[in-house]
Amino acid sequence: MELKDLYRDVILDHNRTPRNFGPLEGASANAAGSNPLCGDRLTLHLRIAGDRIDDVRFEGHGCAISTASASLMTEAIKGRTRDEALALFDRVHALLTDDAAAPDESLGKLAALSGVREFPARVKCASLCWHTLATALKSSVPESIPAVSTE
Amino acid sequence: MNEAAARTPARPAEPAAFDVDVMRREFPVLSRRVHGHPLAYLDNGASSQAPRAVIEAVDDYARSHHANVHRGVHTLSEEATARYEGARDRVARWLNAASRTEIVFTRGTTEAVNLVAQSHARPRLRTGDEVLITHLEHHANIVPWQMVCEQTGAKLVVAPIDSRGEVDPEAVEALMGPKTRLFACAHVSNALGTVLPVERLVASARARGIATLVDGAQAIPHSRVDVRALGCDFYAFSGHKMFAPTGIGVLYGRESMLERMPPWQGGGDMILTVSFERTTYNSLPYKFEAGTPNIVGAVGLGAAIDFLDSIDLRGAHAHETALLEHAHAALAPIAGLRLIGTARRKASLVSFVIDGVHPHDLGTVLDQDGIAIRTGHHCAMPVMDFFGVPATARASFAFYNTFEEIDRLAVSLERARRLFGGDVG
Repeated sequence: MELKDLYRDVILDHNRTPRNFGPLEGASANAAGSNPLCGDRLTLHLRIAGDRIDDVRFEGHGCAISTASASLMTEAIKGRTRDEALALFDRVHALLTDDAAAPDESLGKLAALSGVREFPARVKCASLCWHTLATALKSSVPESIPAVSTE
Repeated sequence: MNEAAARTPARPAEPAAFDVDVMRREFPVLSRRVHGHPLAYLDNGASSQAPRAVIEAVDDYARSHHANVHRGVHTLSEEATARYEGARDRVARWLNAASRTEIVFTRGTTEAVNLVAQSHARPRLRTGDEVLITHLEHHANIVPWQMVCEQTGAKLVVAPIDSRGEVDPEAVEALMGPKTRLFACAHVSNALGTVLPVERLVASARARGIATLVDGAQAIPHSRVDVRALGCDFYAFSGHKMFAPTGIGVLYGRESMLERMPPWQGGGDMILTVSFERTTYNSLPYKFEAGTPNIVGAVGLGAAIDFLDSIDLRGAHAHETALLEHAHAALAPIAGLRLIGTARRKASLVSFVIDGVHPHDLGTVLDQDGIAIRTGHHCAMPVMDFFGVPATARASFAFYNTFEEIDRLAVSLERARRLFGGDVG
């Protein structure tokens, strides 16, 4: 397997120039994820109106895989409902961990993460933001969202 | 000349002068390939590789001599016991301990530090007493002291480091007060490579009646340690960082200290007699070795010491120093690379960060080129916080590494920098 399978241009681009990066005014939920062994830390800010994710931004620092994954995730879930975002989480999870998962055309740019599963030590980097998102969305009381780690 | 050398007729009077190519042939794993490239193993600070002599000793023990120790009268049990206790003799001689009873086998450095924390410190510490450590310690030399401080009401005091990653002995001595009961520090920092002035620090502590523990995990592969010359009460290290298997380590303890300490764990081997009313404990060092020990690990450790005794160790250490100088020169031209830890006395490792490239990504890129390094916080999160970085990349060398491997490291780092920085210049 080649390094370019992991570090595709989309990943490198989103690492260099993360989208939706920074604080979010009027956030209705904030969730923290960290992988202390790698030194990856991120905070996810969500503004949810009714059932829909109106806006989402993230802050923190991490490796190229974790930063790009978070950046791509924010693009993908903005405007989606809770259930749609959680369904996307499941599909990305399969993409990262299930060798038998068929290419999923509807994942769009997120398909760039498919190379990660060839690098088992890095799956936790790509999945950190997604687990953080799922925890935030599944938590009914925004103030009590637990910190997430995928290590 | 020590007794072992005098008794071993096969050993040449003078080992052959150090030759890295010859040395590499003693380490089978070094000839393997990773992702199509020759392995460049630069993660010796995490764990070193085993020479043929260690692999064969472990194999021979498993094939022909294994039984439980200190129990049977049958031949295998006697052979296993002789090998296990023979390893203790080798460690005692290697460290220049006053007696073999001062050598306690543990799982590793971590267990040795915990043993001292729970058996020496816990019964003695009172509310308001102080345990002094430094800012550059590995978590294994922080957390056991935090735990015992919580248990006793004692206070953990931390001596500072400076921007080079050095420990100023005067600053440590200023913190050795009337309430300081124990001083624990690394001999060599795993995250920075700093060699601490342990001789002076131990002497200062002893002059003030303070017990001393030195974490030698990173020092023991790079230097000969003489615990009596050093004068510390306790010295801890792991076998797997000095070419022996994992799961075996050593606590050296001054006999007068160990005598006064209660057993830490209870079980078989650490007792003389047991009834439901009363148990009498075994003598040193067995009262600290409850249960069946890691016999094969000790055999491997003994073989590693024999191996180190058989080579030109002075030449090997000189080669390590040359590797460090070469690494500093090879990494210097890489744009945006910052060394973390620039102590004037350093063991042969380089810890660094590169602007815009996370250490974890460096680790993956280098692995694809067959180069193994460590990335992360190195179990020294306070050090990472001090330097304001979440993690570093660390290349740590052993005497079997080569200049060419370091040149490959530099080329690979430059490649990673360009990949992530988008810089084609």
